Amino acid sequence: MHLLEPRPYPSRVMRWTAPLIAVAATLIVGSMLFLALGKDPLESFHVFFVQPLESSYGWSELLIKACPLILIAQGLALGFKARIYNIGAEGQLIVGALAGGGVAIAMEGSDASWIVPAMVVAGAIGGALWGAIPALLKTRFNAEETLTTLMLSYVANHLLSYMVNGPWRDPEGMNFPQSIMFSDSALFRILLEGSRVNTSVFITLFAIVAFWIFNARSFLHFQIEVGGHAPAASLYAGFSSKRAVWLTLVLSGMTAGIAGVGEIAGPVGQLNLNISPGYGFAAIIVAYLGRLHALGIVLAGFLMALIYLGGEAAQVALQLPAAITGIFQGMLLFFLLGSDVFIDNRLRRRLA
Amino acid sequence: MIEHLIPILAGTFGAAVPLIFAGLGELVTERTGVINLGVEGMMLIGAIAGFAAAAETGSGAAVGIPAGALAGAGIALVFGFFALSLAANQAACGLALTIFGIGLSAFIGQHYISYSLPGLKPIIIPLLSDIPVLGPIVFKQDAVVYLSLLAFAAIAWTLAKTRLGLLLKAIGESPEAAHAIGYPVISIRFGAVAFGGAMAGIAGAYLSTVYTPLWVQNMSAGRGWIAVALVVFASWKPARLMLGAYLFGAVTILQFHAQGLGIIVPVQFLASLPYVATIIVLVIISRDRRVLQNNLPASLGKPFLP
Repeated sequence: MHLLEPRPYPSRVMRWTAPLIAVAATLIVGSMLFLALGKDPLESFHVFFVQPLESSYGWSELLIKACPLILIAQGLALGFKARIYNIGAEGQLIVGALAGGGVAIAMEGSDASWIVPAMVVAGAIGGALWGAIPALLKTRFNAEETLTTLMLSYVANHLLSYMVNGPWRDPEGMNFPQSIMFSDSALFRILLEGSRVNTSVFITLFAIVAFWIFNARSFLHFQIEVGGHAPAASLYAGFSSKRAVWLTLVLSGMTAGIAGVGEIAGPVGQLNLNISPGYGFAAIIVAYLGRLHALGIVLAGFLMALIYLGGEAAQVALQLPAAITGIFQGMLLFFLLGSDVFIDNRLRRRLA
Repeated sequence: MIEHLIPILAGTFGAAVPLIFAGLGELVTERTGVINLGVEGMMLIGAIAGFAAAAETGSGAAVGIPAGALAGAGIALVFGFFALSLAANQAACGLALTIFGIGLSAFIGQHYISYSLPGLKPIIIPLLSDIPVLGPIVFKQDAVVYLSLLAFAAIAWTLAKTRLGLLLKAIGESPEAAHAIGYPVISIRFGAVAFGGAMAGIAGAYLSTVYTPLWVQNMSAGRGWIAVALVVFASWKPARLMLGAYLFGAVTILQFHAQGLGIIVPVQFLASLPYVATIIVLVIISRDRRVLQNNLPASLGKPFLP
């Protein structure tokens, strides 16, 4: 007899406590990992999760990392509700950054005030186009979007590598694979003196509000959600599943593309091979951890940003490779999926 | 032309090895109804475990490849706990395994960045290797290449001709029926998942101890995902998987010979070819839903709670 049995009704309480259980489990197993590495678990915990928040600079860095994660996750969540699994946001981010970076490089030397808005628009289009390819392949040829979006991420990476090694390489960059540093007119303006927080936070803020309203109020969103939960009912009601595929993939590509511009016209300041530390993949976890809800994603985005910051802090203070961030990300997703089982199931009361 | 063709065809065998092992392992796992999208992560765990074991013992691939298999199987059991014991979403658990595997392998790999290993010498089969053209292509390969052919034969035979193969396929078609007859569905699926992990581990360890042979972060470079796509391309049939693996092996190896063939294209475009080819292959195979449905294990990806 299995330990689990189905609940008569899905548990609403579990739906929102599952992320908390997952975070707690990640912290417990994470502490054990630190112990196994011969580090004091309490001190490591402090370095990883508390120290980054002890200064106002730390909070500003948290915001910088949370913004792209939240922005990308908002777009992805819409697709996940429709059971359309775009796992290639990393590639859409890169192509968006390439499109935006192209504008910056073409306008080098100009101080026109429309350069940054034009970069954002270009990034949105670039990301949307990269998302449109799997949408076309899915609607026209029935090809699984999971594998096509992911394969296109690898292609995007090579495209980026080609551009910064070839046509867009900085002639005075000592042959490093990077573009010129963008001039101030191609960078978001700094909002808080002494930090790297810039005006791109307003884009994320706008996206949060827009997705929140769209998710709560629009009929289109209702159609998308029904399509995910009950495809047969959706078909019967005459909702177009192809439209859902196009909309979610193009929109999530767009948000990822804009996030890419946020990086190159923000903290990175140029095109190079490290424009994203895996934000496109981490945003998948953020979307699920935030329960695919516009506001839940905000909380989850800040937590994921803290894991990134913690990884950097651990590198400095504990001499641990920054790859520990990936270990925590993987654990978090595992524990979240494990906890989610208890939304629809419960432990068997009596063993028969 | 011919002087280029021989090294390309000979190189295809080596380039195909990771895809053969990872693909055959995933094929067996999927035949029992479990989809494990964590192949990329398991390959990387196998790659670093194999490399570390080979470097620490000084015995090279002979120790590295078994170590990679063990590590791959071990990490696959973590996937099994969540996806089988708890019946969590299989596709998402596979993604978690890949993210975890990329992180863990990079973490451990930090120690081994500047090491290099001797690799494996090819086994030159006497007489046969003297056959013109065919000899240098087929009969001067390393031991793992021959092993991959053996693995194919064993798996194809097991699936087609044995009781075990029948049981694995039956569980993939209807876990409920197999459970009702009294077979331990979850345990057998655990076995298949561990087998898939071991095979992916071998694939990764081959990359790090024979093919390259050094440790580079993320060195599997999407081969795990290509292996998953190959299983779909193969319609869950081992022989077609081999065909796909050699096709992709050839595409991979082509980029190293492009210059010699007079093809002047930026390396990045050539390096993108396997991924583009994967997309094209997926499109071709998915166009006709009936072909896909015919061979698809009926319970693939569906959680099963006895």
